[in-house]
Amino acid sequence: MTDDFDGELGFEPAVPATGAEPSAAARGPQRRPTLRRKLAAAAVLTGALGAMGGSYAAFAASSGAANQPSSAQQIAEGRQLFENSCITCHGANLQGVVGRGPTLLGVGGAAAYFQVSTGRMPLAQQGPEANRKPPMFTEAQTEALAAYVQSVGGGTAAPTGNLRGSSADIAVGGDLFRLNCASCHGVTFKGAPLSAGKYAPSLYPSTDKQMYTAMLTGPESMPVFSDNQITPDQKKAIIAYVQNIKASKDPGGEGIGRIGPVSEAVVIWVAGVGALMIAILWIGAKSQ
Amino acid sequence: MTTTSPVTNPPRRTQPRTPAGKMGKFVDDRLNVAGPLRKQLNKVFPDHWSFMMGEIALYSFIVLLLTGTFLTFFFDPSQTEVVYNGRYVPMQGIEMSRAYASTLDISFDVRGGLVIRQIHHWAALMFVAAMMIHMFRVFFTGAFRKPREFNWLIGLGLLALGIVEGFAGYSLPDDLLSGTGLRIADAIMLSIPVVGTWVSFLVFGGTFPGHIFLDRLYIAHVLLIPGIILALISAHLALVVRQKHSQFPGNGRTEHQVSGERVYPIYAAKAGGFFFIVFAALAALGAFAQINPIWLFGPYQPSQVSSGSQPDWYMMFLDGSTRLFPSWEIRLWGHTLPPLFWPTVVLPGILGAMAALYPFIEARMTRDYQHHNLLQRPRDVPVRTSLGLMAITFYVVLFLSGGNDIIAHVFDISLNAMTWGGRIALLILPPIAYAATYRICLGLQRHDREVLEHGIETGIIKVLPTGEYIEVHQPLGPTDDHGHGLLEYSGTPVPKRMNQLGVMSPVKLIRGFFYPVTEKPELQAAIDEADAAETSQRQHQLTE
Ligand code: HEC
Ligand code: HEC
Ligand code: HEM
Repeated sequence: MTDDFDGELGFEPAVPATGAEPSAAARGPQRRPTLRRKLAAAAVLTGALGAMGGSYAAFAASSGAANQPSSAQQIAEGRQLFENSCITCHGANLQGVVGRGPTLLGVGGAAAYFQVSTGRMPLAQQGPEANRKPPMFTEAQTEALAAYVQSVGGGTAAPTGNLRGSSADIAVGGDLFRLNCASCHGVTFKGAPLSAGKYAPSLYPSTDKQMYTAMLTGPESMPVFSDNQITPDQKKAIIAYVQNIKASKDPGGEGIGRIGPVSEAVVIWVAGVGALMIAILWIGAKSQ
Repeated sequence: MTTTSPVTNPPRRTQPRTPAGKMGKFVDDRLNVAGPLRKQLNKVFPDHWSFMMGEIALYSFIVLLLTGTFLTFFFDPSQTEVVYNGRYVPMQGIEMSRAYASTLDISFDVRGGLVIRQIHHWAALMFVAAMMIHMFRVFFTGAFRKPREFNWLIGLGLLALGIVEGFAGYSLPDDLLSGTGLRIADAIMLSIPVVGTWVSFLVFGGTFPGHIFLDRLYIAHVLLIPGIILALISAHLALVVRQKHSQFPGNGRTEHQVSGERVYPIYAAKAGGFFFIVFAALAALGAFAQINPIWLFGPYQPSQVSSGSQPDWYMMFLDGSTRLFPSWEIRLWGHTLPPLFWPTVVLPGILGAMAALYPFIEARMTRDYQHHNLLQRPRDVPVRTSLGLMAITFYVVLFLSGGNDIIAHVFDISLNAMTWGGRIALLILPPIAYAATYRICLGLQRHDREVLEHGIETGIIKVLPTGEYIEVHQPLGPTDDHGHGLLEYSGTPVPKRMNQLGVMSPVKLIRGFFYPVTEKPELQAAIDEADAAETSQRQHQLTE
């Protein structure tokens, strides 16, 4: 029940301590000194980088989400893109077009970033919900669009900098996730249907920034989680948890979709009962 | 034994000389079991592949006992809150019950713990699944008829207990999924009119979740229910021995005599081997497929819930019935009947009662009060077979509805559409299944009769002098003046293809797994000769 033998027997923890930033402390004793040295170096590096990122984030995130002043050039580029791709539905002054799209005044750069980077905007077709698609714009263009929307209408700006908590935050993030998000997205964030064709999507394709902006802006049926409800640090912890679980392997073998009893039911009936039925048919045929 | 014959030593020459023989004598001299044991071992057990389904259940149960015992060494059912600091980083520092923490320990810190946990859970799923298909086999072949009604009832009891036992096990780790399941179980208890609240208080020792419930559940799971199951299995098997196993009709098999393999050594060897196959299948599942990854679900907190929370498969039909049942709330004499009451208490009650009464109802309807040792082919009893398929269809619709959110999500269907689709399917699919099965049974029966009367289609087309084309049929036995077969249908499979003639199973025709096993040359020569003679005779008949 202790770690002591594991190094000797070459038994590694089945689950990587953290998918994101492996820290030496969380990995237990190591067998080979070279590996240990490498890990120590990695730990120092990670620590240094983490400290830098952390202090930067602490600085920048003091106003909740970090805003970098956007340059006039970026805004102009955003305006150009907006006029080409968005104006038909959201109007020239972001005031919205009746029957096509809502006003974007006040939604902020965070919303624009989320919608455009997940490919939801420009909207392909009206439906119960805007679906995630391959994005139409590059990251720089997306940021330009966000800067433009922010500059015209104001609102919550898109965050910048490191948005993922450290490995020490993972457990807390997991608890917060189960409390705030699991009711829709599911504990393994595989997504789940809501009523009338709407659904909470899987979080597997989401990046740190998309998760952060999703929480900030609450797209469609998702509630807004303002910085009063979930502080920026807690948001980062949630992101650290989700990204860690996504990156970690399943210790028990094939994860069969990580959706719990339904896929287990399929496996027991198809693979389990199926295999044994073949076995008894075989034994039966042998004996007649 | 009231005989007073003098005690005599057996004559010298019958003294055993091998070590095993000496051992046997040592035991028999003291326990005097050789006689009765020989009688049992000489019993014969008829052979048919479908008779092994019950064995799958039995062996899964043995695997459950073995792996479960291992788990008890490390599991702690206490609900005391502790802070986790085991090996699994994403839970470090989180408050949880000792039950959940010890399950995490089994998964991550106990050597081999995870694979045993997984085998245990897969075996539980297999246990109930095997009981269910075994029950289908008993149902569709009429094995439940007099004198075996008691075993049918014992079997149903085992099925119910297996489900309860599985649910208890699923609830023990105190993770978010099992806590959610228990909360629903509590809601079901509360929905019972008049006594509901008291039942819930009694079970949980106060309001849900309370502090002692897991301890109680633990005792039920590791001692009480397995004990009862073990006793019932013993009774079940004792009855099979006492009443003899039923058998399909065939050569040398009548209502009055059994034919098959002796229990020892053939049947015992086969059964022993099959135990290892079952164990191997379960171990492979446990090693390669992850089941109930509680570390992803988190500890149970009443404030948390996950979408897509499902019970294990054998409870899913109740989840499905709850999802499909309209939310009608009925007020009667100052009591509220919550909607949950109908799909989760009344419905399983009715289903269980119908299954329990079926043997007696069928006997009544068919006025058949005879003893039966011969099984029936499902096609020969179309009403029963169709009723069975109807029940299975009903069950499967409920079962699928239990996972309808996942199905909706995976196949991108609206959840509302799934619910309405389920409701409609529940009402119209079972009658359709009944009608379709009935037709198929009649069709199969008719085809059997046709082959008996006209012979097997040989695929040989003959031109008559008149220019008419006919297909040559091979009669199965003696024919009357018009060439119609005289064989009566006797409840056994009728050969339908030429290469099934003589031997029933096509597998038997070609022995050997990769290459046909060639018989001994002299034997083969004799067989060839006989074959040639027979063919020429047949040719003769055909050309006549
Ligand atoms: C075909 C019409 C259409 C086009 C083109 C379109 N949108 Fe939208 N947009 C909508 C509709 C409808 C909604 C509201 C439903 C939703 O959120 O999915 C919306 C919502 C949004 C929102 C979220 C508003 C909120 O309240 O949070 C943002 C931000 C947005 N669009 C940005 C853009 C940007 C930027 C573009 C150009 C790249 C664009 N849209 C192109 C139709 C469109
Ligand atoms: C009431 C249900 C609900 C809750 C609670 C909820 N979400 Fe969502 N979430 C949604 C829905 C619905 C969408 C899809 C919105 C859309 O398509 O416009 C969504 C979308 C997202 C996305 C975008 C996924 C993508 O396509 O990249 C992320 C990330 C996300 N949610 C994270 C979270 C996190 C983190 C929490 C908890 C803090 C949370 N959600 C809580 C319903 C919910
Ligand atoms: C703990 C679960 C069970 C075990 C271990 C078990 C085991 C067995 C075994 C080994 C046999 C003899 C071989 C066979 O016919 O398959 C048998 C026979 C039988 N079982 Fe079960 N069984 C279980 C559950 C059930 C259930 C759920 C039913 C039906 C409701 C049932 C009804 C019967 C009947 C009627 C027979 C006699 C069959 C015959 O003689 O043809 N059993 N059981």
